[in-house]
Amino acid sequence: MTTTIERGAAAGADYLDQRTGVGAAVKGFARKIFPDHWSFLLGEVALYSFVVLLISGVFLTLFFVPSMAETHYEGPWAAMNGVEMSEAFASTLRLSFEVRGGLLMRQIHHWAALIFMASIVTHMMRVFFTGAFRKPRELNWLVGFVLMILGLLAGFSGYSLPDDVLSGNGLRITDGVVRSIPILGSYLSYFIFGGEFPGQDLIPRLFTVHVLLVPALILALIVVHLLMVVIHKHTQYPGSGRTDKNVVGFPLFPVYVAKAGGFFFVVFGIIALMGATMTINPVWNYGPYDPSPVSAGAQPDWYMLFLEGALRLMPGQGMEWGIGDYTLSLNVLIPAVVVPGILFSLLALYPFVEAFVTGDRKEHHVLDRPRNRPFRTAFGVAVLTAFLVLVVAGSNDLVAAHFYMSLNDLIRVFRVLFFVGPVLAFVITKRICLSLQRKDRELVLHGHETGRIVRFAHGEYIEVHKPLDQHERWLRVGYEPERPLEIAGPVDSRGVRRKGYRVDKFRQRVSKAFFEDRIEPVTPAELAAAHSHGAHDQLDAGHAPTPTRELEGTATGGGRTLAEPADGSAPDARNR
Amino acid sequence: MTDHNSSTDLTPRAGANLPERFSDPGHAPHKLRRADVDPAANKRAERQVVFLFALSVIGTIGFLVAYVMVPPGETVASMRLSNLLLGLGLFLGMFGIGAAAVHWAKTLMNDRERTEERHTLISSEETRNAAVQELKDGVEDSGIARRGVLKGAMVSALALAPLSIAVPLIGEVGEDWDISKFKHTIWRKGTRLASDPSGRPIRAAEVTMGSAFHVIPEDLDEQEHPLDEKAKAIVLMVRMDPRDLKEAPDREGWSYEGIVAYSKVCTHVGCPVALYEQQTHHLLCPCHQSTFDLADGARVVFGPANRPLPQLPITIDDEGYLVAQSDFHEPIGPSYWERLK
Repeated sequence: MTTTIERGAAAGADYLDQRTGVGAAVKGFARKIFPDHWSFLLGEVALYSFVVLLISGVFLTLFFVPSMAETHYEGPWAAMNGVEMSEAFASTLRLSFEVRGGLLMRQIHHWAALIFMASIVTHMMRVFFTGAFRKPRELNWLVGFVLMILGLLAGFSGYSLPDDVLSGNGLRITDGVVRSIPILGSYLSYFIFGGEFPGQDLIPRLFTVHVLLVPALILALIVVHLLMVVIHKHTQYPGSGRTDKNVVGFPLFPVYVAKAGGFFFVVFGIIALMGATMTINPVWNYGPYDPSPVSAGAQPDWYMLFLEGALRLMPGQGMEWGIGDYTLSLNVLIPAVVVPGILFSLLALYPFVEAFVTGDRKEHHVLDRPRNRPFRTAFGVAVLTAFLVLVVAGSNDLVAAHFYMSLNDLIRVFRVLFFVGPVLAFVITKRICLSLQRKDRELVLHGHETGRIVRFAHGEYIEVHKPLDQHERWLRVGYEPERPLEIAGPVDSRGVRRKGYRVDKFRQRVSKAFFEDRIEPVTPAELAAAHSHGAHDQLDAGHAPTPTRELEGTATGGGRTLAEPADGSAPDARNR
Repeated sequence: MTDHNSSTDLTPRAGANLPERFSDPGHAPHKLRRADVDPAANKRAERQVVFLFALSVIGTIGFLVAYVMVPPGETVASMRLSNLLLGLGLFLGMFGIGAAAVHWAKTLMNDRERTEERHTLISSEETRNAAVQELKDGVEDSGIARRGVLKGAMVSALALAPLSIAVPLIGEVGEDWDISKFKHTIWRKGTRLASDPSGRPIRAAEVTMGSAFHVIPEDLDEQEHPLDEKAKAIVLMVRMDPRDLKEAPDREGWSYEGIVAYSKVCTHVGCPVALYEQQTHHLLCPCHQSTFDLADGARVVFGPANRPLPQLPITIDDEGYLVAQSDFHEPIGPSYWERLK
């Protein structure tokens, strides 16, 4: 039996290899090592929800009619009988009510889109905070960034396809934003809508963008993204035995085939559960698009909330400027174009900014613990805070209604928070990072508190501390501290003004902002000093009432280490 | 921690022979799992994996049964039930496979960490030089460096060729590119104000004190593209006590006995401004909360809009129906570059 299968497989492999030479690829990749960490799953969630989007999306295209032609609905949904609507909306109703499993696929598709964007954003956060974007991965960071923008575009174009009143108003806002762009705005609006809003062309155009252009680009860039992961080999978290020169983990086959392959089904299953139990975008309640009605408490999908929030927070008075005969509406341009432009540019360019500041040209494959890069972590949290303020501001009417607050006051508070919040977040996060680093130092120098209190014969109480084993310690001392750059003086040895001094000076100033506040890792000498520091009242059998043998080798008194564990690997659950 | 040793700021005093930095202690010892040491636990884990795969099979069968037995039906409740059962079946079918595979990998597959060397990405100096030489040879073979005219001709041809796709595309994609259409709506002198969406004309007498009407032009349905015209022509009409009404001198006569009509398209980014508060005469845009005071020329009192809503001058005709005196005197909706041109 087994031999038959084996023989069959061998014959198949032989056939393929003779025609493709696939053997070399299998040899190279089958047992390729990937490191393990839960946060590496975030990118996988993005990939798998994209696959779910493709599967459910193909299902939907077979029933959806991308047309704005007018029709009158006849069907099981009595509330809409005889109502004039576009073919797009009517076919969405048909998909929801008459196609068995159609509603499930619609809801799966929509939930998967929300999860796709959420996992992209959290994956980017993971990459940012662990410094995985450093050389050699700067280009892959850019590819990922473009993927995020494409994800936004895919979500936005798909959201509007059912031609319901909610998404229609979203398009109208888009039109208003596009028109605010100087010089080109009006023409861009005509470009998008094929004339005046809403026109006859938009749904078919969005459909092509949504099912062909954007997914093809996303697919191509995902290939590039993953190819680069293979070329670079995956980053790994710091730990003993892990260096910039190796990768420690499990082989692709069978461990990751099972884990990652299985995880696809987990993601699909959870999205299916969401589609089964949580109603999303019930367009049959909203009705077909009509330029006149609008509902209060309307929200875009979450990934658009920051734009919506920015639009809401911007004060309008005095923000429309005339330049000769022309109008510049800063009240729209600033929140919808300038603010996101700045946020996104910061995000896209950060790896290059950091490389400029550190002057670092080395390859990095071991990730940073966020606490060990206080400036970067604080900067990331600050940008996130600005983003989150905008997201919440995008739901300010719901917040106000739920908590019985004044909408106007809430907006004023958010306006202040948008500027103050990031600054506070930066300072607080930086302090937290430095404190955590100090805590690490403390742990390395003095060991874990054991909760064991010992009383000496002369009445002194001490708590017994257990020193860290070498693996726990390495995690806390194994990082390279970044220090502000030191640069050559303004003149060279012969007193001639040095070229590039100004750039260096600027670089040094930024570098100072990045790295002036820092905690250096414990050195062996410091550890030795800490031990000898406590030696004057080291426990000894002479006056200790407790049996010395029990303490020796396992514990220290009052943070004073007696000896290291003999095997250097005392297990401690808190650090695993 | 006691005081005298809590300081982390220690000056190294001890041993000059110590290294400057700690060194990597190498891999931590491998820890065996329950299933590695206990055959019973191993067997149990295997049974769990089998159970999870079985759960998936049950889920898929459940999905098929629900597909046949529970049609979406005619009501929201039956539709929800069908959706729920199909979704739960799909969930079990997928999640079972996933959970089984992951559990299998975590409990039963070899979990000894392995190490692979990394190699720097940069090509060797030799390879780089060879690559550069290949390119140089190619350039030499083509002779492009020596033939300036040929180079110019090639660049021109390549640069111009895409025009035959781009020009018709750009030419056609924006219909007639006549952006002056933003400036006009179908309101004309004498167009009756009709109720939205019924299209029934409104008499002044029907508009009771404090009421608000959503208004469209009566002849909207006769237009070639009613939705496009409606998007610009929608109007909100309210009646208030004429004593509350502050009218600018150049707009006297634009209202009729306390009835005023304003464009419903927000001057911010174009949402329909639909929430009217009778007591304060404030009109709120539900999208971005711009607030307009309809008693005072639709002045902006709060929010991101900058300009008042354009006013539609109205009066009544011989039969007592409300009619427009003219189109709006300024472009409706959000601002754009050429708005005042």
